[in-house]
Amino acid sequence: MSIIVDEKSRVVVQGITGKEGTFHTTQMLEYGTKVVAGVTPGKGGQKFEGKVPIFNTVQEAVDATKADVSIVFVPPAFAPDAIYEAADAGIKTVVCISEGIPARDMLHVYNYLKNVGTRLIGPNCPGIISPGKCKLGIMPAFIHKQGSVGVISRSGTLTYEAVHQLTEVGLGQTTCIGIGGDPVIGTRYIDCLKLFKEDPETEAVILIGEIGGTAEEEAAAWIKANFNKPVVAFIAGQTAPPGKRMGHAGAIISGGKGTAAEKMAALNAAGITVCDSPAVLGSTVAKVLGR
Amino acid sequence: MNIHEYQAKEILRRYGVAVPGGQVAFTPEEAEKIAKEMGGEVFVVKAQIHAGGRGKGGGVKLAKSPAEVRQLAEKMLGMQLVTHQTGPEGKTVHRVLVAAGVDIARELYLGIVLDRAVSKLVIMASTEGGVEIEKVAAETPEKIVKEYIEPEVGMQPFQARRIAFALGLEGAQIKHATKFILALYRAFVDTDASLAEINPLVVTPSGEVLALDAKIGFDDNALYRHPDIAEMRDTNEEDPLEVRASEHHLNYIKLDGNVGCMVNGAGLAMATMDIIKLAGGMPANFLDVGGGANVETVRNGFEIILSDPNVKAVLVNIFGGIVRCDRVANGIIEAAQSIDIKVPMVIRLEGTNAEEARVLLKNSGMNFDVASSLAEAAQKVVALI
Repeated sequence: MSIIVDEKSRVVVQGITGKEGTFHTTQMLEYGTKVVAGVTPGKGGQKFEGKVPIFNTVQEAVDATKADVSIVFVPPAFAPDAIYEAADAGIKTVVCISEGIPARDMLHVYNYLKNVGTRLIGPNCPGIISPGKCKLGIMPAFIHKQGSVGVISRSGTLTYEAVHQLTEVGLGQTTCIGIGGDPVIGTRYIDCLKLFKEDPETEAVILIGEIGGTAEEEAAAWIKANFNKPVVAFIAGQTAPPGKRMGHAGAIISGGKGTAAEKMAALNAAGITVCDSPAVLGSTVAKVLGR
Repeated sequence: MNIHEYQAKEILRRYGVAVPGGQVAFTPEEAEKIAKEMGGEVFVVKAQIHAGGRGKGGGVKLAKSPAEVRQLAEKMLGMQLVTHQTGPEGKTVHRVLVAAGVDIARELYLGIVLDRAVSKLVIMASTEGGVEIEKVAAETPEKIVKEYIEPEVGMQPFQARRIAFALGLEGAQIKHATKFILALYRAFVDTDASLAEINPLVVTPSGEVLALDAKIGFDDNALYRHPDIAEMRDTNEEDPLEVRASEHHLNYIKLDGNVGCMVNGAGLAMATMDIIKLAGGMPANFLDVGGGANVETVRNGFEIILSDPNVKAVLVNIFGGIVRCDRVANGIIEAAQSIDIKVPMVIRLEGTNAEEARVLLKNSGMNFDVASSLAEAAQKVVALI
């Protein structure tokens, strides 16, 4: 099994005719993702690559194609509007790739989605993939392999590094989720862990964190109390200086809080296997699974 | 983005937050003129740098006359001000704030930040003004009062009153403090701030409530809708290499080590810094060249990394996903040919077309050390120092 998306997911791409949207829609279609619709206001009635119908609104796309998940490839100033439109049309899972959405806008988005019960993944994330079933994002498909390890990460390329290592040691993945590098994101570690807990095929989880905030500490406490599958963790930014934003809007040690050392200590205290080095994630999972 | 105290006070004044009178001066003459026009018996001359602890470092002085203001400004302008936040080299003072002296009955603390765990803004207040809030939180957390704000509703007057009462204010002070707190909240939300600190917030003997100091940081992602605030950026306060990198839209942060690194993606860039340290070296910088990693970004990246005289070797770590490694390799070769690289370089390219990329690098005739794994790359680069 997998979590959140699978071979049945019917995808609508918001911003399908933009540069990013066009490129990644082609890649997703190649992977076998069921992209059933695209939305670009003003281009309704056209077709993407001659096969995917384009609509003016998400509601029309949902009505005509029964799309149930959406992926957002629109510039950050317009992304909140796109997310609201998807939720309003009844979409239950929205993946937002866009980087650079103001935190104030995300506070409103987060609270609105909580009330209407729509799941958001991201923003500022690579998306989600259930290998062999559905790729909903910008990650390189070929490094993935269907299998039994769940991956949750705030990063993009560091996630690819971890997945690549898993595949190299022969371990496939159930679902890999990039939850995003912003201070306000939709789906969080614990939301994903709850789903991995109920997924019989997921045997172990890799949790990749980074400096800033306390999400890893909260995940550690939850894992200790509720999660009995092995978890292997890595925290990026052990050498990051305080007060500096390390690329991601959310990656900053402020007021002495949010350091890698604190997070690693909390994860260790929860009985989680914490790797000092990002180069041993795959081999460590293999070891804890006895392979 | 951070701004100076005087700029923060200008913004707050616009929103009706009570701040003492004062203006910025770039020369001693200006400082004297401001004091003369403002009038009064006591003035404060405050060095404007982006760091806390200025008073202890000699960057905040009292004056009894405009002439004394001028003397103090003469000493302060151009000085290297060292505080616990500047590092041992300190920061050059280029501007001073000349402010009216204020009688102080009580010093309090007021701050606003985003609480990421609950995704709400939180107002924090404490009776321990003038003390860093982190210190209060660690030693006497019971002295901090918090009010969480519902984003859809905004801050309500009862919440501001609750803070005022919790701070032990009374009588007319309550009304002044409530107005102050609500105005600060409005300023914060309207300007897309990411942090606001009024430390100290002072109560005068006559019951006024004033921002004696003010620190505001802004959400970089929202600056596009605040061109007036974006203009307040003072690049003198930033590392010159970081300023140059930002002109090329590169995410570069200078560090103290000697292994330069160039990576695509912020998480992988931090992880690369970490593994350099684990291998026994120290990273000289954080540099995320983004998903593209074309010839131009690679060349700009190299130029910035190599401008740091501490750099003794460079590690390039690219995980090619959507971007093909052979293209990145060509970019590296082309960039390396166009600039004079005097230090050894270890390159690790993984992902799409990695094998082709390794062949290109090996056959380039350039002196690249090619590594196939992250661990090997880190060991190789550290061995080269």
